[in-house]
Amino acid sequence: MCLAIPARVVELLPDEMARVSLDGVSKIISTALVDDLAIGDYVVLHVGYALTKIDEVEALATLELLREAAALGAAS
Amino acid sequence: MKHVDEYRDGELARGIARRITAEAQPERDYRFMEFCGGHTHAISRYGVEDLLPENIRMIHGPGCPVCVLPMGRIDDAIKLAARPEVTLCTYADLMRVPASGGTSLMKAKADGADIRMVYSTLDAIAIAEKEPDREVVFFAIGFETTTPPTALAIRLAQKKRLRNFSIFCNHVITPAAMQAILETNEGVAIEGFVGPAHVSTVIGMSPYRRFATDYHKPVVIAGFEPLDVIQAVLMLVRQINEGRSDIENQYRRAVTETGNGRAIDEMAEIFELRESFEWRGLGEIPRSALRLREKYAQFDAEQRFGVVTSPARDNPACECGAILRGAKRPQDCKLFGTACTPETPMGSCMVSSEGSCAAHWAYGRFRQLERRKAS
Ligand code: SF4
Repeated sequence: MCLAIPARVVELLPDEMARVSLDGVSKIISTALVDDLAIGDYVVLHVGYALTKIDEVEALATLELLREAAALGAAS
Repeated sequence: MKHVDEYRDGELARGIARRITAEAQPERDYRFMEFCGGHTHAISRYGVEDLLPENIRMIHGPGCPVCVLPMGRIDDAIKLAARPEVTLCTYADLMRVPASGGTSLMKAKADGADIRMVYSTLDAIAIAEKEPDREVVFFAIGFETTTPPTALAIRLAQKKRLRNFSIFCNHVITPAAMQAILETNEGVAIEGFVGPAHVSTVIGMSPYRRFATDYHKPVVIAGFEPLDVIQAVLMLVRQINEGRSDIENQYRRAVTETGNGRAIDEMAEIFELRESFEWRGLGEIPRSALRLREKYAQFDAEQRFGVVTSPARDNPACECGAILRGAKRPQDCKLFGTACTPETPMGSCMVSSEGSCAAHWAYGRFRQLERRKAS
């Protein structure tokens, strides 16, 4: 029930709504909880609402850490 | 899908698991509770436990709102839906949860009650607008992820001057439940928590501080993909080895220190704490749930329809309570896989796909079988 999925904003609509794409499936959602959205941003989508924006820089940093840990593991 | 597939790479998972095995001290046991059903689901589905060394055990926690809602509240919802003027809107997960006397919302609907499944609070608002002669009640349930959408629905109903919309509020609070688990304890030693993913996008990291300072338990907030969980386990092992108890954030791509200020403000505007609320398996927990503030009383279905919850007893053979406290595992329940399956759930843990029993039914039991064959 607390599951939420990343969705890409494709169009900003009036009344704090947006059209997002979920793996190609288009959906209208509320963006009333998130400030400063731009087209192309990824949001965490939950029960029809964007909960937060996904930070691309942090996402890349996390992937980097994951790769480092895995490489250390391979060496151990 | 971007921001999903990258975190499901099996090769990376095996590499990190090897790292965990190298760093975990063989002479000690590590017991971590993943609070959220979302983590439980990922752990079962991707076999995360099979990658971890024997001395690291994951204990499944109560973090599924459908699982922890006591039966009495489902009975209340069914009673509301039985009123001829009421249309009850609910998230689909709740439809099959067993209520008293072997009934459920699904059965009540089959018997003619006007119960409609909605995906979003916005759908419930749309129904109220379209059908002004119906009393539309939204069955509001969930942790801090689902609460802001309920708060916004009330705002919207107020703006649209809807007189036929109310909510039956069952929203609960995560840190209060984590604390209750540490305090009830029942011999379940927990050395650290894999902290909630999406709840934390809303509340941020600070509400967990007291687990580090007062209880000396590390918390690593983690995303719901398998690599997120495995990385969180590595971070927890490192904290334990170093004798630290900090609040760390694995899910930096979505969680910040202070969370979503707008969502927090919306919740604070609409809701206030209840003195106490019953959780399935955990009993009454003080200050662990929300109700509408007095100024929004007109949207409160409990006041509007005079709901009085009477205590209801779960099926005595069902072990959901002990499972939700982390004291037992699904395979310890006599009904598992016989009387109780996802088609014929006897307890709430078998209903939602994030419930421990449902996760074990869908994935875990096959692995158990394979392991038995292999040994
Ligand atoms: S298997 Fe069914 S009856 Fe047993 S604890 Fe799980 S949900 Fe309850």
